[in-house]
Amino acid sequence: MSHSVQTAPPPVSVPSRITRSLSQRLLGRPEVGALVAAVLIFIFFLAMAPAFRSAESFFTVLYQSSTIGIVAVGVGMLMIGGEFDLSAGVITTTAGLVNSMFCWYFGVNLWVGALLSLSFCLLVGFLNGYLVMKTGIPSFLITLGTFFVLQGANLGLTKLVTGSVSSPDISQIDGFGSLNKIFASSFKIGPVTVWITVIWWALFVALAAWILQRTRIGNWFFAVGGAPDSARAVGVPVVKTKIGLFMTVSFLGWFVGMHTLYRFNTLQAGNGVGNEFLYIIAAVVGGTLLTGGFGNAIGVAVGAFIFGMTSLGIVYAGWDPNWFRAFLGVMLLLAVLVNLYIKRMSTSGRWAES
Amino acid sequence: MRTRRMVALVAVVTLGVTACSGGGREQTDDTTGGGGNAPGSSGYTIAFVTHETPGDTFWDKIKAGATQAAKDQGVTLKYSNDPAADKQAVLIQNAVDSKVNGIATTLVTPNALAGAVKAATDAKIPVVGLNSGIDQYQQLGALMYFGSDETIAGQSAGRRLAEAGAKHPLCVIHQAGSVALEARCAGVKSAVPGTENIQVNGADDSSVVSTLQAKLSQDKSIDSIVTLGAQIAQDTLKAKDASGSAAKLVTFDLNAEIAQSIQDGKIEFSIDQQPYVQGYMAVTSLYLYLKNGNDIGGGKPVLTGPSFVDKDNIATILPFTKNNTR
Repeated sequence: MSHSVQTAPPPVSVPSRITRSLSQRLLGRPEVGALVAAVLIFIFFLAMAPAFRSAESFFTVLYQSSTIGIVAVGVGMLMIGGEFDLSAGVITTTAGLVNSMFCWYFGVNLWVGALLSLSFCLLVGFLNGYLVMKTGIPSFLITLGTFFVLQGANLGLTKLVTGSVSSPDISQIDGFGSLNKIFASSFKIGPVTVWITVIWWALFVALAAWILQRTRIGNWFFAVGGAPDSARAVGVPVVKTKIGLFMTVSFLGWFVGMHTLYRFNTLQAGNGVGNEFLYIIAAVVGGTLLTGGFGNAIGVAVGAFIFGMTSLGIVYAGWDPNWFRAFLGVMLLLAVLVNLYIKRMSTSGRWAES
Repeated sequence: MRTRRMVALVAVVTLGVTACSGGGREQTDDTTGGGGNAPGSSGYTIAFVTHETPGDTFWDKIKAGATQAAKDQGVTLKYSNDPAADKQAVLIQNAVDSKVNGIATTLVTPNALAGAVKAATDAKIPVVGLNSGIDQYQQLGALMYFGSDETIAGQSAGRRLAEAGAKHPLCVIHQAGSVALEARCAGVKSAVPGTENIQVNGADDSSVVSTLQAKLSQDKSIDSIVTLGAQIAQDTLKAKDASGSAAKLVTFDLNAEIAQSIQDGKIEFSIDQQPYVQGYMAVTSLYLYLKNGNDIGGGKPVLTGPSFVDKDNIATILPFTKNNTR
């Protein structure tokens, strides 16, 4: 504070915002801390793990990040909107199970099941949002309920329909080929295999970034997360916005569920549990505030990339697997710390300037 | 008008795509339920307590075996499970309190379960162990034991790998901190010293694939892979394709897809501990003990594995995997 007193006051004619240098404007963005952390971790693994240094490895990392990152984008937007969704991990498995078991049992084209599954997932998202808004119970509790319901229903229904707890192989059912192309195909560029989820991920991130930065709906997300009462007062449709955000998460969960189903043909009914936290971690590492109202899509994507890079970097480095989780935890903590540090620097920089 | 046209369109499209799609369920009459007695016709009630993590195909087979045995012997079966040791102990205590005629339980954490098992034996309720606890079941007071010795299973797998010339196997642990999985990998390592372990997230197939793909491209000297569950083996086939690795794949456990892969030569062999038999025998042995005072195994554990499934016997076993019994 005393420092700012000593500096000469800025020229009155020029608004203080314009006097901020390029570096400071950059530092004020939520994703910059994550980007710096990502670069540091990237260099670290380049140095430590020889196998990490190839383009093939890089695209394996991108694939791993994309399956987390696609849902994380939605979860990040939802968190900007001030809510959580703990059912986001399990719904990916639910989506795949609904599709595969329905089509297998009735012998119908997989496209029917995929659309049915989409409607179902959107309905779950709608219910999450509707219950949160109508009851006023925190989304943490509502979606924890959904999480348990889906987890139990996944197991119970799979057993009921197939007589086992894994879904049947669907690769012989009509429609598999086209759906496989959309959700789970890959192509080669030279020696590198590019999975289509990576492309989808980039598209979803770009779309989310555009919505958040450039559209009125994006402003609503920030408004309902940062100050819901003021948002309501100025005419933002809070209920619709939040329900829409929950449905976005469910849609993206469905998308990843489709990928898993069409890549692996069968699903185990107990899978998906725990991934909801990875999505939240990706969003937080990427600069999204746990309290809502702040964050952006690029940051969440970088967060997912940090997670993918760290989890596979440890393998590429060939470290003792028993320490896997510990390494992962340290890396994530470091990422968050770098993030925080950068944000502090940027805030203090703004103080010095004005 | 417009909505009606939409409805008609949707109906036509639905009819179009639903017409005769192959590859689904075989639509036959499901009236072929095998014989068996009415539940409870023998007058016995048996509690079956496990540390099953819900949704695992392996446990589903144990349960299927127990259910079939209960049906065959006219026993009322009370199945319950909890992966947490203290909660499993409470489930055993519940069984004692409700005065069942016998208790079958997995003994995965002997120390945590000792108290509850003692409560059962004090109440003169016979207890048999299954699946895990081979070294401790007698101390705890259980009468009989049905299961596989994980270390022996690992060693047998390792010996077969060594005979095939393996120098550097990769052993894939899909559940962090599982004693049984670690024991299998340790068994493999005792036969092939170059064995290396890796940890993967078994609840996320795409993560399993990319982790293994990363490992296989990091270390080209890996000549064989040992997976400890059927689904993980399926993921590993994908990781092998993606990384172009020529490593041989062997696995623990069996399901219909794995059986098919063994027949197709994509998987060398599976080490089967026959979970269906574990469930079936645990219930049957209690029935025989109650009815006839029998002691199966003569004071020694009865091993249900390792039973090897490979090219030589897959033709016999393949049909059974489709019934969820192998």
